Amino acid sequence: MITFMNNSDSEEEACNERTSLMSAESPPVPSYQDGLQASEAGEAQAHRKRRAGNSRGPNNIAGGETSGSGVPVRESALENEEEELTLKYGAKHVIMLFVPVTLCMIVVVATIKSVRFYTEKNGQLIYTPFSEDTPSVGQRLLNSVLNTIIMISVIIVMTVFLVLLYKYRCYKFIHGWLILSSLMLLFLFTYIYLGEVLKTYNVAMDYPTLFIVIWNFGAVGMICIHWKGPLQLQQAYLIMISALMALVFIKYLPEWSAWVILGAISIYDLMAVLCPKGPLRMLVETAQERNEPIFPALIYSSAMMWTVGMAKPDTAARGPSQQTWDAAEDGREHLRSPSHAESQMSETRSPVPTRPVSSLEELEEEERGVKLGLGDFIFYSVLVGKAAATASGDWNTTLACFVAILIGLCLTLLLLAVFKKALPALPISITFGLIFYFSTDNLVRPFMDTLASHQLYI
Amino acid sequence: MGAAVCFGCAAIAFGPAAALVLLTVAAEPLRVIVLVAGAFFWLLSLLAASLLWLVSVRLGGREDAAPLLLGAAAAVLLQELCRFACFKLLKKADEGLATLSEDGRSPISLRQMAYVSGLSFGIISGVFSIVNILADSAGPGTVGIHGDSPYYFITSAFLTMALVLLHTFWGVIFFDACERRHAGGLGLVVGGHLLASGLTFLNPRYEASLGPIFILTLGTGLWAFGTAGGSFRNVLKCLSCKQEPEGRAVLYSALQVPSEE
Repeated sequence: MITFMNNSDSEEEACNERTSLMSAESPPVPSYQDGLQASEAGEAQAHRKRRAGNSRGPNNIAGGETSGSGVPVRESALENEEEELTLKYGAKHVIMLFVPVTLCMIVVVATIKSVRFYTEKNGQLIYTPFSEDTPSVGQRLLNSVLNTIIMISVIIVMTVFLVLLYKYRCYKFIHGWLILSSLMLLFLFTYIYLGEVLKTYNVAMDYPTLFIVIWNFGAVGMICIHWKGPLQLQQAYLIMISALMALVFIKYLPEWSAWVILGAISIYDLMAVLCPKGPLRMLVETAQERNEPIFPALIYSSAMMWTVGMAKPDTAARGPSQQTWDAAEDGREHLRSPSHAESQMSETRSPVPTRPVSSLEELEEEERGVKLGLGDFIFYSVLVGKAAATASGDWNTTLACFVAILIGLCLTLLLLAVFKKALPALPISITFGLIFYFSTDNLVRPFMDTLASHQLYI
Repeated sequence: MGAAVCFGCAAIAFGPAAALVLLTVAAEPLRVIVLVAGAFFWLLSLLAASLLWLVSVRLGGREDAAPLLLGAAAAVLLQELCRFACFKLLKKADEGLATLSEDGRSPISLRQMAYVSGLSFGIISGVFSIVNILADSAGPGTVGIHGDSPYYFITSAFLTMALVLLHTFWGVIFFDACERRHAGGLGLVVGGHLLASGLTFLNPRYEASLGPIFILTLGTGLWAFGTAGGSFRNVLKCLSCKQEPEGRAVLYSALQVPSEE
């Protein structure tokens, strides 16, 4: 799969990087950005709210540098060397995303298989008002399609609202929204989750202990996600909140609606990111026009982000300084390029100049990671969790969906390296996942069960 | 029954595979990707085979030995077909990686990819065969209450282990045979696979199935070892931990060589 990075691509990349290197010394590196990641600025982040203010997070991969395969820029690098590094980093970045996606899925599947609460039917979200308890298949299908239409419309409305907020520079509103949603996830949903786990294992816990535990968990989480914290802790929190959100969806979405919604959301993702008039694309373009990073979003970043603050005259006074952005802050700038250091305009940003400067070369040599929107984590986990919950005790289906999603992610990252612009991460994985779910559940399961009952191996 | 049986059987079935993955695959990203890709191909073959089986059952109208034999044979042949498809894809990937690298050699050799893809086929095949059994073994129940063998779990675990190893060896042999266009190798791999699968049809008579399968595994292992370039001398050298004298010119001189930075 990595073979699909053809020569012409890397040449183009090398070319851009060389020219960008030249212009990197001078302020605004829009040329760098434009050259390297022209539309790569498409690290479109969309905030969509689910349920009372939870943000689903952006749905596309902010492939950042290298758009997926971080290519370090070396002034004296041979084109070939850059290409090989592209590849090496490409594979490394795939693994950097495999691990968190796998962890999130493991958490969700483990919870589904052990805690009965998340598989019990206990009402539905207001976004899916039609019940699926009808006797006839046609009616059920119709209800699920209607539920999907309502859900997707809610998402579209939220996204458009967000784009409008961004267009009219209501940054405080957006920050407030984000903080509110993560507060709810970190405190309320964690409390419910912990309660159910304790109930399942019949462990008694008194309220003071519970309060201390939840308070610490939530407070540290808020700090890590919205401000600063160790990278791995922040990654762990993002994985946990994605898992919690996915569990909520698995519990409250009725069966058929869930599958139809998964399908519809991948189509929506595809259109919103790639169509010229799509909300996410417009968001990205607006951000590009203003030359600022897209508003803060919940994005999973696999590495520390380094930016060089040499763009503006005022920062030039301090000399180019490297600022370490907490990966959380990254959410603000998924575009890992020097020009984004300018985004000091954002109030929650708190640049911390850590090292004395450096050349762009040194900067680029630092670990660069890939970013994936939390919405993607959530929907991958919903798919696998639903497979685990509804596939009649069968583990094969869950595993097949898991492999399908990983392969889809791999292919998406490959495409990212080829096209170098923001790509929706859902369509390929969800398509493979859905195909494998239905075929494994209906075709493979009876076959494997029959083989196993006779202890036959193929 | 219970957690002990579950963990024990899981360890038997996946011990070698887990060790191989942890020691050889986990550290290299490219190999992990090949691992997942191999699993994907195996799943495709299983899908096709299940479809065939289901169709034959529906057409035949009964669910007993004949469609199952047909289904199993089809599954084996389709798996080998998918292994071939995997070979083609990995070969192309290898060429692509080679052209993109600075010294014309790809970071992963075709032999390594053969080994990893064989291992991935083995792992996913083993997992699909045994994971439901393991899940059941963790819970309450009596094995063989209807007159079946009470050794079901442990024999399944051993069979799975053999299967994982067999797939790994077949992967190495198959890719090598395809690379060198050696039809005999291909035929033997397919034949070996059909034999292994066929032996499991003798199943409650474990002496007739487990024994020969392990002998087959050993034989295939030795053959794969030879194919991959191993030999008795290599083993001896490795075991004796002899260091190869490095061919470096040592400079003895009264004059100090100025150290060059």
